[in-house]
Amino acid sequence: MSENAPLLQVRDLRTHFGTGPDAVRAVNGVDLSVDRGEVLGIVGESGCGKTVLALSILRLVDAPGRIVSGQVLFEGQDVLAMRPRALTALRGRDIAMIFQQPKASLDPVMRIGQQIAEPLRLRGGRTRAEAWREAVELLGAVGIPNPEEKARAYPHEISGGQAQRVMIATALALKPRLLIADEPTTALDVTVQAQILELLRERCRALGTALILVTHDIGVIAQMADRVAVMYAGRVVENAPVARILGDPAHPYTRGLMRSAPVMGAVQARLQEIPGGIPDLTRPLRGCAFAPRCDGRRQAGPARCDGQTPPPFIPAPGREARCWLQDGAPAAQPAPAGWS
Amino acid sequence: MSRYVLRRLLMALPVVIGILLVTFMIQAVIPTDAVSAMYEGQTTEEEAAEAIAAMRERYGLDQPWYIQFTRYAGNVLHGDFGESIRLRRPVSEEIGYRFINTLQLTGAALLIGILVGVPMGILSAAKKDTWLDLGAMTVGLLGISMPAFFFGLLLILVFAVWLQWIPVVPRGGAALLLPALTLGLIEAAPLSRIARSAMIELLRRDHIRAARSRGMGEMSVILRHALPGTLLAVMTVIGLQFGNLLGGAFIIEVIFGWRGIGELGVKAIQWRDFALTQAIILISAGAHIGANLVVDVLYAWIDPRVDYDT
Amino acid sequence: MSLLHGETETAGAEALPAAEAAAPRPRRGGWRWLLGRLLRNPSARIGGGVLLLILFCAAFAPWIAPHDPLAVNTLGRLKPPSAVNWLGTDEVGRDLASRLIFGTRYFLLICAIAASISAGFGILLGLVAGAGSALADTVIMRFTDMLLAFPYILLVLAIVAILGPSLWTAMAAVGVAGIPGYARLIRSVALTVKREEYVEAARALGASEAQIILGTVLPNTISPLIVYLSYATPIAALSAAALSFLGLGAQPPTPEWGAMLVNSRSFLFTAWWAVAAPGLAIFVAIFAMNLLGNGLRDVLDPRDV
Repeated sequence: MSENAPLLQVRDLRTHFGTGPDAVRAVNGVDLSVDRGEVLGIVGESGCGKTVLALSILRLVDAPGRIVSGQVLFEGQDVLAMRPRALTALRGRDIAMIFQQPKASLDPVMRIGQQIAEPLRLRGGRTRAEAWREAVELLGAVGIPNPEEKARAYPHEISGGQAQRVMIATALALKPRLLIADEPTTALDVTVQAQILELLRERCRALGTALILVTHDIGVIAQMADRVAVMYAGRVVENAPVARILGDPAHPYTRGLMRSAPVMGAVQARLQEIPGGIPDLTRPLRGCAFAPRCDGRRQAGPARCDGQTPPPFIPAPGREARCWLQDGAPAAQPAPAGWS
Repeated sequence: MSRYVLRRLLMALPVVIGILLVTFMIQAVIPTDAVSAMYEGQTTEEEAAEAIAAMRERYGLDQPWYIQFTRYAGNVLHGDFGESIRLRRPVSEEIGYRFINTLQLTGAALLIGILVGVPMGILSAAKKDTWLDLGAMTVGLLGISMPAFFFGLLLILVFAVWLQWIPVVPRGGAALLLPALTLGLIEAAPLSRIARSAMIELLRRDHIRAARSRGMGEMSVILRHALPGTLLAVMTVIGLQFGNLLGGAFIIEVIFGWRGIGELGVKAIQWRDFALTQAIILISAGAHIGANLVVDVLYAWIDPRVDYDT
Repeated sequence: MSLLHGETETAGAEALPAAEAAAPRPRRGGWRWLLGRLLRNPSARIGGGVLLLILFCAAFAPWIAPHDPLAVNTLGRLKPPSAVNWLGTDEVGRDLASRLIFGTRYFLLICAIAASISAGFGILLGLVAGAGSALADTVIMRFTDMLLAFPYILLVLAIVAILGPSLWTAMAAVGVAGIPGYARLIRSVALTVKREEYVEAARALGASEAQIILGTVLPNTISPLIVYLSYATPIAALSAAALSFLGLGAQPPTPEWGAMLVNSRSFLFTAWWAVAAPGLAIFVAIFAMNLLGNGLRDVLDPRDV
């Protein structure tokens, strides 16, 4: 494996909830890649499939959800094809994850220190005493005051912000090379959000850990991400460096998202809502999923927007956008037959 | 902690008064017909009427009900359960050792129920929607459908008559085996259902997913992160289940001739021996309340989330 | 208004907000819908089939039974199963098969009366507590607290002790002991429904309390009531059989299944069939009820418990 190959590559990933004609196609053919040490932001409205995508990468989707097809290549190894033993070896050590509800993500009847020490002891080969000592150190490293004392506390005795710090300490205990953070600050007080984001960035940089940051908040993306993937209706509709996304979005949906969010440093007249709602994911999509809400539909040609799914066009190096407005630019790949 | 116990005790007070009211009603209805049954056909009507009047006065039945009740409650608080009409001696002398026998039986049955039912439920939940789960669920459904008296007779038939592993009239510890097994295996059915649903509910929690994301194997997830919560959930119903076992003991003791309060209680109802009936039902209900109290306090002590100081 | 209100199915919706936008699903509710769903549920099919068989036996017992269930035959005592006596005879030579067939009548009678008493008074008390005044609510809830302090069987025994042992008091006892459970269920439904916006709207439009209770609260109780009936009735029937077995319910020679065991259990070692026949009858009937109940719960209350 060469050093230049991406750390993680997701190819045509599909995760459905339920089966048959009522199946909800939550993730509907996603392609992504993450480089070593990179921060990839995944942004979209709630219900666009970004959380399911994050869970699918680590195969954490619960029934009735299931991964239908695709590949998740971590350093060339397909996570989706791994046997249970290889999968548990990968989780936590190569790829770790933190969640939206930090307090609910901690075992309520286990002391915090034990929860951090657990992977160190069971997976990292430390003795009980070593693991505990390291857990206390890790608590200190994520900015918990009085770590010795707090290690003995139970999750209900700490605040949400502290719980997320604990989650970060636990997830990074085995120094994984990729951390997936699913809406890590959504459930927290605004005043705490910035501190947690800063901590995430600092810890990931210190360990050389790449980060996939899933959020609905453009502000968070602007602050944290190197590159951004914009999701809509189970697909990535635009993928570009953060500066381009903020300054010159290529997809009408991204543009709508920018207008509807207060972006730090960006000058805006007023916030605008994107009219309409997300499409019914139980129906096979014909054409571009965003077409019914799109203000560029007329310009790109309604017949094409409604009838044919746009392939990822490459308007500039390092950028992709699934929009017929970009037709003329080279396509990354032809849309596979039977896309729906 | 002691304040928490005190508060729980105070909360149990109205319930205790309720129990006293119900058992008191047994007294209000029974004596006259018990007395009339005793004298029926054996004496002239006049003598019987006299005897009944004497009896009514002796038990204070000519008083208004609330005075009777106060007297009854006062007597009970002093440990005076009255005298058995049939046995012609104080009730308290008879039920003491029988109560201990019943506690032995129900205690052994509870242990069997937990040891069989909880692992079954946990296994069922861990292998949800497999043949193993379906099998365990079916066994559980058979268990809750099984009449305790028939199951007891069945076990006697199989183990004492056909296989002859156990003597038909066993002595010592062996005597406890079949009744405890009967009661315990039947109890295992609801316990396995409770354990299964608690475990399934727990396995859906966020912290289980988080543990999986850290590379905990399925076995560690179940044993380290789902089992403690499941056991806590099972524990909350142990008090209630103990009450059911006490009720079941009335049936099981009759089948196996186990000299506990249940066996005596059934006789007492047949004899219409009101003082004996009252005392036995009161003690059983009291034991039920007591068991629930103990479980509540234990739970508060074990579960770190319960803050019993406030 | 449909008879059976239920939550719409939400498979996957918790995990996925997008399911809000899911396609409209077939309407739930109505007896025909319930029957259709039950017929597709294997557990309900088996349980319901056995119960229909029991109903058939009860209705046509005199025509099905080969012998008189009460006819004593001192020469043919404790005979093993044969072509004449399909399941053998009991300790006084009565035909066990015929007694089992007539026993279905007692079984169904006990279920019907116990369920009517529990559900009837339970609904009444529950509605008064849930939809009536705060005082009524407090009084009724303290009353149910008092009854629920007893383990179920113990409460049944206490009531039998008050009323005296007989088949009728046994039925009354299991019925009365079931009241608090129903009362609490109905009360909780009533309290929930009362807070719904459409009830507020109806009240604002001038509907009387009685209209609201009969028109909106009562229909909403039907679905949970059916589920609860399917839990509680087998327990009541089992307890009534136990009372008869203990000599506190139906008395011999009544061909009630529990009462059939009273005398025959002394002959367990020599004539096991006289014990097995009524015992299995109770077991199979209760199991069938629980199977049907499972099916009902799957259809009406799709939470995974």
